[in-house]
Amino acid sequence: MECHYACRSSDHAIARRKFLAGMVAAGAGTMASGLEVFTRPAAAGLLAKDQKRVVVFYMHGGLSQLESWDPKPGTDTGGPFRSIETSVPGIRISELLPEVARQMHHLCLMRGVNTSEDDHGKGQYLMQTGRRQSPAADYPALGAVCARTMAPEGSAIPGHIVLLPWGGGGRGSDAAYLGPRYSSVHLAEGKPPQYTDRPGQVSEAMDAARQDFRRQVNERFLQRRRTAVTEAYTYSYEQALGLMRRKDVFDVSKEPPRDFDRYGKTAFGRHCLMTRRLLEQGATFVQVWHANYDTHNENFNFHLEQLGEFDRAFAAFVADLHDRGMLDSTLIVVNSEFGRTPGINHLYGRDHWSHAWSVVLAGGKIQRGAAYGKTNARGTEVVDGQVSSAALFHTYLQAVGVDSTDSFDIEGREMPIADPAAKAIQAVLA
Amino acid sequence: MGIPTGFDPGKAHIAAQWNVGTSMVCCRVEPKGQFVYCGVQGPTIHRLAIADGKNVPLTGGHDSWVFALATTPNGGTLYSGGGDGRIVAWEIGLETPHLLRKTEAHQGWVRALATSTDGRLLASGGNDHAVRIWETATGRRLHDLGGHQGDVYSLAFEPSGQTLLSGDLLGSIRRWDLATGREIGTFDASALHHHDGSQFVEFGGVRGLATSTDGSLIAAGGLHKASNPLGAVSEPLVLVFDSRTRKIVRTLTADGITSGVVWNLSFLADGSIVAASSGTSGGFLLFWKPGTDRSHHRLALPNPVRDMNLHPDGLRVATAHHDGYLRLTRLASGHH
Repeated sequence: MECHYACRSSDHAIARRKFLAGMVAAGAGTMASGLEVFTRPAAAGLLAKDQKRVVVFYMHGGLSQLESWDPKPGTDTGGPFRSIETSVPGIRISELLPEVARQMHHLCLMRGVNTSEDDHGKGQYLMQTGRRQSPAADYPALGAVCARTMAPEGSAIPGHIVLLPWGGGGRGSDAAYLGPRYSSVHLAEGKPPQYTDRPGQVSEAMDAARQDFRRQVNERFLQRRRTAVTEAYTYSYEQALGLMRRKDVFDVSKEPPRDFDRYGKTAFGRHCLMTRRLLEQGATFVQVWHANYDTHNENFNFHLEQLGEFDRAFAAFVADLHDRGMLDSTLIVVNSEFGRTPGINHLYGRDHWSHAWSVVLAGGKIQRGAAYGKTNARGTEVVDGQVSSAALFHTYLQAVGVDSTDSFDIEGREMPIADPAAKAIQAVLA
Repeated sequence: MGIPTGFDPGKAHIAAQWNVGTSMVCCRVEPKGQFVYCGVQGPTIHRLAIADGKNVPLTGGHDSWVFALATTPNGGTLYSGGGDGRIVAWEIGLETPHLLRKTEAHQGWVRALATSTDGRLLASGGNDHAVRIWETATGRRLHDLGGHQGDVYSLAFEPSGQTLLSGDLLGSIRRWDLATGREIGTFDASALHHHDGSQFVEFGGVRGLATSTDGSLIAAGGLHKASNPLGAVSEPLVLVFDSRTRKIVRTLTADGITSGVVWNLSFLADGSIVAASSGTSGGFLLFWKPGTDRSHHRLALPNPVRDMNLHPDGLRVATAHHDGYLRLTRLASGHH
């Protein structure tokens, strides 16, 4: 298996030592010049050749597997929607996803997911980190792991981007022991990161002068006190400057008008188009949220609404990545915190259900046009190919060439990248 | 129709109930009042005899749930609309109903069906935002009525026989001229619609439509105060419009029901309104007297309700329930 980062071979150990040494010794000035490299398109293009990327579509609230990837029409749990043929003979999905059905030959359905966690917060944590939430330890989210292991060193574009449907912006606290440098940068409502405009009253020359002064003072300070926190502080400033110079990366209006039609004139459509743009500009990890699927009430009406948006935009996104030759280097994941109950409640709703649900993978080293795992006729339990969130986490990383069995060196302490008790699902890795 | 002998909603009670074994979605009493047809969470329609509850299943028509039912005024034909987008015509005037015709009618669910008072026309509405008019004798499509921006939830022919009303998810009610197929007026029922910007959903809609016997009033049922659509937090609401001015003349609420939606409603012989409401607060038949905006009486049903239909005798209300029961409530004391 191709290994791009942090396996325990001597080569990669050296690379990691070099990286850490660089962080400690180089100082802020060096870091600034490193960032400059990636503001030059030619240099960025050279690096992009080997860059791997991950995109997670997070179906917030808990997408119903029965209305999407694992329909059971004609059963008492199946609901009113029918299943349809896809581009892969023998694989049928819900009729709510006609455009996705045409892209099925790129996808791999994981129909045997059993995570045994029906709480929103804990389920989200479990699916994002591959570990159960515990007061005893905190683990980095997939985006933080990808940023640390895959993002080009010194890139001006954040390595861990979360594209949210609501406002707020800011950064997440989802990097755990990897440190705030790898925490998510939130693009609220698909807008550029906050505070990326230079204040009008500060001229370019004034700004350059104050940044130089800041670097000098920083360097003096760092000669005596250098910690992970001061590193993150310094890095954040330099990254922010890089972002300000490359703000156009986040300007989705520069995409061709016809693509807005293809993706659908919805917020989610714009966010998917933004994601395509970010990937093409060198982003490593983007998580796109689509809300809201927590349909305790009127599950069918709400899935009709939500999946209509999702179907068009997601199908266009997958097709575009394939057409642009990016699918081999980009892993796509569609997940939630859990699925929804096979039983239909008196409100026409479905409740939380983590014992037999589905996740979708595509790209990278993932097999194409496949369905792995199986639930029983009523969708109440997994009968074949059961997988856990920990196994999925390993699989995500191995699909983009990261040795998930390796460990991070955190101040001399080895922290396994993924749950060492689980393994990648080799059956879906090509 | 005059007020039936013994009519007293204050004495409403469940007089009979029959279980078909599957959660119900909709129900219609045929015009002769002998049978109730029930759509369920499945493709089968159940014919229940009101005399003894005998169940005759109607199969082979649909590939999805049945969401809508309508009968011709002479009781000869039943129409069923399904999640498969299909309208199925059933001959029901005989001892054993049988399938007459299947029509691929809508892209997506058929949500609503209604027949004209003369039985000549069938109207259908669906998730494709379309309202369609069909000739019952031939099954021929006469009109495509476009204009709704949301799923069409409800239909009602007006007593004049000249016009049709259609209500949608977004709280728009449109009046259509049946001769020309043109829209000739709208009613603002947007109070029944809620866009939730934090849950990113459209919710509510005109779930039920009814006209008074003389056609002067139009009632639209649904919900309001939807503070949590995904969690079913909303309250039942009925808007009453003046048919001529198209203005709201009454706003009917039900105190104390914090989770409910009106699924259907009907004018009663004395001009009062009955509505079937359901939610986590429970299932209810709610009653409003003419001239009052707060429900004056309610019957708590033993299980959440999904639809209701008034029996032709004006004295009984059939309700379709989640627990698979069809219940018959008598709006009077005693059983007969």
